[in-house]
Amino acid sequence: MSTNATDTRVRLETLWEHDAVKILAIFGVIYLTYALIGLALGYSLDGIVNTLRRMTYLIAVYGMVTLALNLHWGYTGIFNIGIAGFMAVGLYVTMMLAKPTDPAGAAQYAGLGLPMPVAIVGGVVAAGLAGLIVAIPALRLRADYFAITTIAFAEIVRLGITSGALQEFSLFGIELGTGGGRGLIGNYGDPMNVIFELEVFSSFVDLTNSLFGFGPRQARALAYSMVLVIVLTGIYWLIQRTSRSPFGRVLKAIREDEEAAQSLGKNTNHFKIKVFVLGCALMGLAGILWRFRRTGVTPEAFRPHVTFYIWIALIIGGAGSNTGSVLGSGLFVAILFEGPQYFRRLVEQVITFGDAPNTFAGSVAPILSGNTAPFVRYTFEEFQTLQFVLMGVALVFLMHRRPEGLLGHREETAAAIPLIRRSNDDSTAGRGGDSS
Amino acid sequence: MTTEQLLTLVVGLGAFLLLGDLFIGILNGTYSISRVARYAVEGTLYGLIIGLAGIGLSMTYSILNFANFAHGDYVTSGAFFGWGVTYLVAGWGTANFGHLVLVGPQRGVGGSQLEITITSTPVAIMAGLLVAGVGTALFVYLIDRIAYKPMRGSGGIPLLITSIGVAFALRYLIVFVYSNRTRGTTSGDLPSLDLLLVDGWVSVDAHDATLIIAAIALMLGVHLMLQRTKLGKAMRAMSDNRDLALVTGIPTEQIIRWTWMIGGGLAGSAGYLMVLWTGTIDWQFGWLLLLLIFAAVILGGIGSIYGAIFGGLTIGISMHLSMVWLPGGDFTTITAFLIMILVLMIKPAGLFGGKTTA
Amino acid sequence: MSDTEIGSQSDTVQPEGQQNDVELKVDGLVKRFGGITAVDSASFEVESGSMTGLIGPNGAGKSTTFHCITGIHRPDGGSVRFQGNDITGIRPYQCADYGLVRTFQIAREMANMTVLENLMLPAKQQSGEQLWRSVMPFARRDVIEEERELLERVWDILEFFEIEHIAEEKAGNLSGGQRKLLEMARALMIEPEMLLLDEPFAGVNPTLEHKLLDHIHELREEGYTFLIVEHDMDLIMENCERVIVMHQGSVLAEGNPETITSNEQVIEAYLGGDV
Repeated sequence: MSTNATDTRVRLETLWEHDAVKILAIFGVIYLTYALIGLALGYSLDGIVNTLRRMTYLIAVYGMVTLALNLHWGYTGIFNIGIAGFMAVGLYVTMMLAKPTDPAGAAQYAGLGLPMPVAIVGGVVAAGLAGLIVAIPALRLRADYFAITTIAFAEIVRLGITSGALQEFSLFGIELGTGGGRGLIGNYGDPMNVIFELEVFSSFVDLTNSLFGFGPRQARALAYSMVLVIVLTGIYWLIQRTSRSPFGRVLKAIREDEEAAQSLGKNTNHFKIKVFVLGCALMGLAGILWRFRRTGVTPEAFRPHVTFYIWIALIIGGAGSNTGSVLGSGLFVAILFEGPQYFRRLVEQVITFGDAPNTFAGSVAPILSGNTAPFVRYTFEEFQTLQFVLMGVALVFLMHRRPEGLLGHREETAAAIPLIRRSNDDSTAGRGGDSS
Repeated sequence: MTTEQLLTLVVGLGAFLLLGDLFIGILNGTYSISRVARYAVEGTLYGLIIGLAGIGLSMTYSILNFANFAHGDYVTSGAFFGWGVTYLVAGWGTANFGHLVLVGPQRGVGGSQLEITITSTPVAIMAGLLVAGVGTALFVYLIDRIAYKPMRGSGGIPLLITSIGVAFALRYLIVFVYSNRTRGTTSGDLPSLDLLLVDGWVSVDAHDATLIIAAIALMLGVHLMLQRTKLGKAMRAMSDNRDLALVTGIPTEQIIRWTWMIGGGLAGSAGYLMVLWTGTIDWQFGWLLLLLIFAAVILGGIGSIYGAIFGGLTIGISMHLSMVWLPGGDFTTITAFLIMILVLMIKPAGLFGGKTTA
Repeated sequence: MSDTEIGSQSDTVQPEGQQNDVELKVDGLVKRFGGITAVDSASFEVESGSMTGLIGPNGAGKSTTFHCITGIHRPDGGSVRFQGNDITGIRPYQCADYGLVRTFQIAREMANMTVLENLMLPAKQQSGEQLWRSVMPFARRDVIEEERELLERVWDILEFFEIEHIAEEKAGNLSGGQRKLLEMARALMIEPEMLLLDEPFAGVNPTLEHKLLDHIHELREEGYTFLIVEHDMDLIMENCERVIVMHQGSVLAEGNPETITSNEQVIEAYLGGDV
């Protein structure tokens, strides 16, 4: 009986070793929990599916950026806290390239009217170039100075976009504009029309309608989330390959001891610039996919908050692990980003609160006379604020208790082949053996 | 090496051209003298705030060896602590205690109703400034105990990441307690000194003067503390060489504590004075100031308090003078950040050579 | 750099009073830190295929000299020639390309990489270090093939140093002596022609020390040139055919062990202070 039990445990543990199992298990728990919360809140089926759809969208986008950051920080030890800036460059360039040339309506600025795929490539390249501009002079700086440079860069981008001077400008006689503080409206066709206009897609709409009661709008949103998951998988694959290669081996060596890597004949600057540009381009791509289907964007979207979110996701998952990055993004979105709001709704479902006091003082004063209810009510009223406090505390807590995160302790092999023990009877054993 | 020299040359040439343009422009009347002078005065005042807040950041950066991203929110915290007391003293009895101590989180009695100015309510402002300094010092010490002390041995980078978390938590804790409302804190009526400068007026009001006097007094105080006291000497030794200080038996933990408290006190005072000067307070002004403070500290050289002051003034003045060429004020912050990045490229050790808190 | 290279070629044409080729020639090397002159016009030569010891009291400038030769520090004056090429002030990675590789005084293994990864890292001409080749499906096939060959080489070198048993260990978990072995093995993976060893025996137990010495002698017979910084005078005198003595940043004496041990200046420099 007991041997049977340990047997199952061992089998489960070996199963757990597979990354795919980890991802499926953790995401399964997350989705199930949210579905149950949805049920408890009395959501209809389409409401629940829509909630999960939104989660998927957020996890996929944050996952992409976290993977890119993992390439920078987890693998190479490049301390980038200007993520929001690179995302902004990607999105704004894409939007400016894709917007129609003739400004329609009062609040609109002209773009180049290029086809969306070209605009996306343009945005990604621009984000990569921005990375190059930062990397060439700054990568030789100490990690903390480099970090300050990147966040200053991100703020320069944000303030530049916000400024009235670039609201509308002409470059070589071409009218363009960032929209300044008012932002840009995405007055181009849905970027996903390539898919949505397919014959097959109408049957997808019908399918979601019969399954979840979705309308065409929700069906499109669901399809878009699925596209994002595919892109996320692609980026995961790309970065996994990058890290499991001689290239990735040098990155890891740079993280461990850059000077020693140089002494071993590696031009580390070369590698650092390449990997920084690649990561920034991916951040740009994520920035585009994050918001280019929305009606518009304002510079507010690229406050340093975004950078902060990604760092929390990376540290939850564990720097250095790609699987960890995806898991970290999932846990961040589920627990810290979306979780508190759902928790609040759930509690409010069970307990009905009266009116909350308007100020902190009004909530604290009754505590002195033993009445904690106003404080609790105030806390719930200000839950969104407390959520940010919680995020900050979570980061501090992680840095204290588990800086290696979920999977950061695990070392992922930096070679293109599994590094296995040489078998003695291998006929190729003697090949290339004249190393001395 | 050579690229740095080339960059230095380009930057030097650029600065020379700009100053030359300014000089010629003033002479031939393109730029109004009084406008340039107003920019210079505003820049100096802003620079004093940045410099004052920068001293603390510079000290903790060199002694604890990490860039503390929560420093900007210390500035905000100090301002709220201090202004709560100012409201209490100035408005005792006119509104309830909670409203006053939270600096008027909701519409109602505010700075203009309480008629707060340095001339009409000097005691309230003195008390507020004192509490801003002392209160923030204690608060910052508490934060060190909770957030940083458990990680004392860790490198600069884990501490930096932690400080980003502290900054975030602190900022929204301020919103939780004090609300996210932006409010006016002073009454507009205050005496000012107007100087006629060739083609216009340059005015310095009583709050500008308060800021100048208080900032210089605090800076002088830190200077004397570092030069004359045993604590100051130990701090300088520790910032020079931490390991050596450990070996020679300097009580490092005690010095770290004092460094936090002095740095925090100065940050809180700077925040208080900033609010007195601008007449408004909100939950994120310190955070927005943070990168400018970093710019000042890096410009002056980490660890040097005179560097921080000098850096603050340079950043403040360049920011405002940039409006001569880039009107509208959209580019002042960008100018400051670009200066910082250039300094990092050319002379990462800062203009005062870094090292030595002296 | 190309103009100095021409000059250097003419130098090697004339042998410098020795019949053996000069592998490394350091001439008037100067390095200052602030007001301190750590290396003060040091000049010496190392013959091809020799095992040369570099000794001197603490602070004599031995490590700084190493740093200057291998490009970690940029010298303030003087020149360094390797196999006739002027390599003064080159970057560390270029130095390795020339075939001149160093180890560090305190072993600098990549602590979070396994021994196998550590040894695979330095190999030269790996096409997989180009990002696109490692990623694109067709090019990656060749990369994988290269990696297989490289792994064989790594196993051979592990066998040579008799450390196969630690192959899968994280380098950070190794003992001090094992780290020293790993560093030397890693340097050999570059297939260098000359090795600069900075205190290779420090912190190594006597058994391992003997083993390490055997390996060095074996490698020397295969044609490698060695320059070794070491504190242990006896060890250098027993194993090196030439010894260079540094004192206060410059070369005090140069010669075979017998002449060095009888050199009065050396005795004074060494015995006058702490041995």
